[in-house]
Amino acid sequence: MDIIKTTGLTKIYSNNGLEVNAVNQVDLNIQKGEFTAIVGPSGSGKTTLLNMIGGLDDITSGTVEIAGTNIDLLSENELIDFRLKNIGFVFQAYNLIPVLTAKENVEFIMLLQGLSEEERKQRSEELLNQVGLTDKINSRPNQLSGGQQQRVAVARALASKPSFILADEPTANLDSHSTSTLLDMMAEMNEKEKVTFLFSTHDQRVIDKAKRIITIEDGKIIKDERP
Amino acid sequence: MRSFLVIGSIIMGIWAGIFVVAFCYGLNKQRTLNSINNYVSHIQIHHREYEKDHDSKYFLENSSRIKKELEADKNIKAFAFRSLLNGMISSPIKSNGVRIIGVNKNEEKKLTSIHSSLVEGSYFESKRKNPILIGEALAQKLKVKLRSKIVLTFQDADNNIISGAFRICGIFKTKYSKYDQGNIFIQNSDLQRLIKSEEFHQLALLCNSLDDVDSTYQSLKNTLSDYDVKDWKTIAPELAYADEIMETWLFLIMIIIMLALIFGIINTMLMAVFERRRELGMLMAIGMNKSKVFILILTETFFLSLFGAPLGMFLGAFTIRLTSETGINLAMVGEGLRSVGLGNIIYPEIEAKFYIFITAMVFIFTLIAAIYPSRKALKLKPTEAIRTI
Repeated sequence: MDIIKTTGLTKIYSNNGLEVNAVNQVDLNIQKGEFTAIVGPSGSGKTTLLNMIGGLDDITSGTVEIAGTNIDLLSENELIDFRLKNIGFVFQAYNLIPVLTAKENVEFIMLLQGLSEEERKQRSEELLNQVGLTDKINSRPNQLSGGQQQRVAVARALASKPSFILADEPTANLDSHSTSTLLDMMAEMNEKEKVTFLFSTHDQRVIDKAKRIITIEDGKIIKDERP
Repeated sequence: MRSFLVIGSIIMGIWAGIFVVAFCYGLNKQRTLNSINNYVSHIQIHHREYEKDHDSKYFLENSSRIKKELEADKNIKAFAFRSLLNGMISSPIKSNGVRIIGVNKNEEKKLTSIHSSLVEGSYFESKRKNPILIGEALAQKLKVKLRSKIVLTFQDADNNIISGAFRICGIFKTKYSKYDQGNIFIQNSDLQRLIKSEEFHQLALLCNSLDDVDSTYQSLKNTLSDYDVKDWKTIAPELAYADEIMETWLFLIMIIIMLALIFGIINTMLMAVFERRRELGMLMAIGMNKSKVFILILTETFFLSLFGAPLGMFLGAFTIRLTSETGINLAMVGEGLRSVGLGNIIYPEIEAKFYIFITAMVFIFTLIAAIYPSRKALKLKPTEAIRTI
């Protein structure tokens, strides 16, 4: 079953009267359990494509279906709620809440979902354990390395039990050791628990781990391969 | 740090507001009480025609009946009969128009505080004939001093010109310099001897408290309906108006202070929103809906005032408590204060209703102040706020 399905997805930005076709007629199908990297040079449209799939950016034309739901038909509040329940986000700059501990950062999304304190506690500890941060659950982001913060971000993304995880350049700010640890962890989650990952990246180490590589250039998919 | 600055500004704003209100309130109350205790009293009774042109022929007829009525009223603390005449006071150097107040020294002591306002001499204790009390300002104007001889000239009820020589036995200085310049006190017995009459023009009385005035006034108006009975608000309407105007002013002052506070809060909360754009963008991206973002900013602002407001009020109450006991000495502007009927020392005080008003205002204004930053937060686009997903 397709978790993500885009049809004729297009995004046109207007800049001083000049129209820029950031994403151009993209048809894409991602199935459950895939570990996919979208690659391409800067400005090729990777981030815009991910933003539209994540419901964060308006669509100029075309459709995005997530688990059978056309997200363009949802109202603003419905879309926010849909994101909360179905999509996990991992940001390039981690974007953890600085005043909360690692555990509280992971719990926060479950709080938005209305889970009980007991459920939140149990799942956040479980997830932080899964990403290898059992001993850092009470640490604040400024007490963690970049790699550790990104692992907390992955745990946070998984906390809501989403259909898939969108990650935009997740290793861009990490050193090679942290990158390797993070990739191994995500690959293991994909392998064992069939968590679906969709990355945008131009990091060769990520590309090497990907099971499917979609190359995008000038907003169009030019290659879709499964190494 | 930012939050502490906001809390600090809320504390200072509320403290300043409360203190200004208490200062103005205390000032006005003192002016009213000074006037009541020295000049106006709570209630005055005259002949029905007296008020028209203050003609001395309008005596209080049957004063013994009035006395009887007043003695029977338990709300009345003290009363005194007075003879009132307009006349001229002359020293060898100068003359001045004055109101001559003939008093019974023992009755008057219970009614006014002239006896305790003496700066020189005694309160009719002199054994010399025809003693007179005059104000310090008048003494300076006439260039006379204690034991100086002065002449009073006035008309009796039949319009005959009468003159009498008096000896200054005391010089008083009340909290109202104009009063000191225009009023002199002699004993009723001396005045009545000169005008050959034993009647009085005025009866002034004090109730046990200000709260008793209205009921006593109504009761006396009924029982002494053939006389002109007036309460202090009618006699000195400027005092009653000042009370009303002051209350409105104090509410306005508080609103102005709150408005200033609002801009401080808006500014700080806007900074907070802009500084946390990334966080807010992330929260909106992962699924925090707009109403929750709005409530988040609103709650944060509300908590800032929740910490600041009680501290500001406590500080205000503490300052008022301190200064209401010791008073605030404004001797440096004492002459100016005396010209409007105030003493050198002001005792701030505040009514409980102002605390309630301020508390309500702080919370209402804080919530209003939070709306604009909250709306700004809502307008953030997650993709722009976090730059990238």
